Amino acid sequence: MAKNVSLTGNDAVGTALKQINPDVAAVFPITPQTELMHKFAAFVANGEVDTHLITVESEHSAMSATIGAAAAGARSITATSSAGLAYMWEMLYIAASLRLPIVMPLVNRALSGPINIHCDHSDVMGMRDAGWIIIFAENTQEAYDNTVQAFRIAEHKNVLLPIAVCFDGFIISHTQEILQMLDDAEVKKFVGEYQPAYSLLDTDHPVTVGPLALPDYYFECKRQQIEGMKNAMSVIEEIGVEYGKLSGRAYGHFETYKLEDAETVLVGAGSTMGTARMAVDSLRAKGKKVGLLKIRTFRPFPADAIRKALGNAKTIGVLDRAVSFGMEGGPIFSEIRSVLFGKKINLKSYIYGLGGRDIFPHQIEDVFAEMERVTKDGNAGTTENYIGLRE
Amino acid sequence: MVKKLKTWKEIPIGGLITEPGFSINYETGDWKTYKPIHKSNCTHCMICWLYCPDSAIIAKDGKVTGIDYSHCKGCGVCSRQCPLKDKAMVMELDK
Repeated sequence: MAKNVSLTGNDAVGTALKQINPDVAAVFPITPQTELMHKFAAFVANGEVDTHLITVESEHSAMSATIGAAAAGARSITATSSAGLAYMWEMLYIAASLRLPIVMPLVNRALSGPINIHCDHSDVMGMRDAGWIIIFAENTQEAYDNTVQAFRIAEHKNVLLPIAVCFDGFIISHTQEILQMLDDAEVKKFVGEYQPAYSLLDTDHPVTVGPLALPDYYFECKRQQIEGMKNAMSVIEEIGVEYGKLSGRAYGHFETYKLEDAETVLVGAGSTMGTARMAVDSLRAKGKKVGLLKIRTFRPFPADAIRKALGNAKTIGVLDRAVSFGMEGGPIFSEIRSVLFGKKINLKSYIYGLGGRDIFPHQIEDVFAEMERVTKDGNAGTTENYIGLRE
Repeated sequence: MVKKLKTWKEIPIGGLITEPGFSINYETGDWKTYKPIHKSNCTHCMICWLYCPDSAIIAKDGKVTGIDYSHCKGCGVCSRQCPLKDKAMVMELDK
């Protein structure tokens, strides 16, 4: 039986990992992820899991050791944040190109500089094209649920790609929330036994991992990765439905809120979408036709489904907690604009919350009011907008 | 002869090589600028055979019998290591 518990995001994800009992975890501390692996290390020390925990000397080593373990056929995990992820940079591409189904909770935090430990999405947006599946959570419940599903997604034979399970630093990682947790046995059964496609330890079927591929074969290897990512699209949906049957909480690529008849819509990802939902409720009570689209899967990006879901909106604002310097609008904005190419919809980018700056419901209501004016007079104004910035 | 290269659907996942001893199929012979010539003054000390990084020195019954030019990259280690004053392995431009 599932039970209601009150945990921080880090504790919830750490507990999910305990229920899954992976073979190897290679970890290095970094705020705000530290507490997650601290909790998990306690489970290891107490004998509640039989995971081999490797305390390495850096994140580059953490990812390298995770890759080595995964290539040996072990169910392997690591976790990180911000600069730790940046330090894994080179190895992120290796994990994806070797098609190793590594699961990595990524507790989102701003990148330096100035040095800052609080939440934004600049860390994960930097790994956008590394070939990892990237999913976002709005709260502790989703962080837990996504962690459990992540293993099934990554290890699916048609996918075999690493996955970053993102949740907002401090806002989710360190905030205590009530969530419904599955039984250990239910998680174990759902996740199942890991059967690696290849193993370095299988001496009856020796393989060479990571050989050179020059202009004659490199391109073909990349095309295979593209296919794995395409396949992930339907696999994420299937597993989201299956998880729904188990837990009562089904998942798709994105979640809509009062979107059907909405003329003015906000799109975004992460914890702020909970705040935005409050603003939508308040505006709906005043008769405003406003709605939300909350992105869960950022890679693979569910372009067709989003195009259908947003097709009837008149003005769309995109919330980005990261910047792409030199391009108007943040990274999610670019995807939404690309998806809606050719449609007559007003589009506005809203950058917010960099370095952990708070965002409040009244600020989101102001954004909706601005967008409503755009819908009325048809003049979209500036694409580039900031929420909560001192001008 | 141009070898037919495999498509992305035909190769193992993740750039893996799933057959042991596969490198013999990868002909590196066309990389070379200079190639070693095996001369008749060779004493068959086998030092070149020992040093060759590509196992391109062909030996039979304890004697050097030739060079596998389809794998020899022309690095010249054999010639450099040949202990004879008048080298038994001589590098020549590969035309």
